[in-house]
Amino acid sequence: MGRYEVLVEVRLRPGIADPQGATVERALPALGFDAVHRVRVGKAVRVEVEAPDEDAARSLTADLAARLLSNPVIEDAEIVTCRPAGPDPRQLPQAATGSAPAAGGGA
Amino acid sequence: MSVTVGVVTFPGTNCDHDTMEAVERAGARAEPLWHGTASVGQVDAVVLPGGFAHGDYLRPGAIARFSPVMGAVADFAASGGPVVGICNGFQVLTEAGLLPGALQKNRALRFVCAPVDLQVASDRSVLTAGVEVGRVLRVPIAHFLGNYTCDERTLAELRAEGRVVLRYVENPNGSVDDIAGVCNAAGNVVGLMPHPERASDPLLGSTDGLVLLRALVGSAGRRAGGGDGGPAGGPPGVSESARTA
Repeated sequence: MGRYEVLVEVRLRPGIADPQGATVERALPALGFDAVHRVRVGKAVRVEVEAPDEDAARSLTADLAARLLSNPVIEDAEIVTCRPAGPDPRQLPQAATGSAPAAGGGA
Repeated sequence: MSVTVGVVTFPGTNCDHDTMEAVERAGARAEPLWHGTASVGQVDAVVLPGGFAHGDYLRPGAIARFSPVMGAVADFAASGGPVVGICNGFQVLTEAGLLPGALQKNRALRFVCAPVDLQVASDRSVLTAGVEVGRVLRVPIAHFLGNYTCDERTLAELRAEGRVVLRYVENPNGSVDDIAGVCNAAGNVVGLMPHPERASDPLLGSTDGLVLLRALVGSAGRRAGGGDGGPAGGPPGVSESARTA
């Protein structure tokens, strides 16, 4: 089993009013961002999954995205990236930063 | 035989006690139901009250819909049992797929807490059975995500089948077609953003919420076969509003 870090973008479906995006867009001219258009505000959800390979990690995350992370009535979910996960920061040995406090330490 | 209305508490629900009190004023016995128990017991109707189940994290209702009690609520609804979702409860019912559409952020991106006028648009639901269509009720709203949205086909269906139950007289949140409440095809599952329990005592400024809750109790009583569930909403045209003109 490998561990994969998967980034999911949840966004409002085309045609669904996006008051947040519209509000951000209205603020742009005052800041001089005249070249920026069609602002849509969504969500990014980053998860780490255990799976035998990348395809399996993608398919598991797609299922999660459809059932929980998005509401298909108004939102689309897309897997933006899927890559082997780095070391779990909670399990990193402290040695990397020099002085090593007692194992399991932390504030 | 008295009617028992189960009121579900999720972690973060905050209108459960008010709703139980109001249901009792409407002539029923209120029974608390816990989200973690996969049963609705022997109740005659279920209310999912307002609040912020699971902190509204991810989306309102997104996590609550997977609570153990929701399977039992879905079974109860499928057997014809009256189920009403108020505010956050409405959001839970749409997330659970028991009602169509979804509730989006208010058009003005503001939490709106105010008494509003609602027009009864259909008497085909357990919450409006016996209530005169066109009657205006004053009931408070309090929400940030109450902007009802659905695709055009669903909207056409809701209209054609008399499933738009309540409409705002003045649209406070951008809801499509001024929709404040809808029901399923059978009329036994209803969701509404306004809070009838907050209009259940003259001290609260209106008792119009009791019109809806009495109709619910009446519907539940008729289904339970008792036939004495109380009057369904009272005689048409008689205002129960206690607000001063």
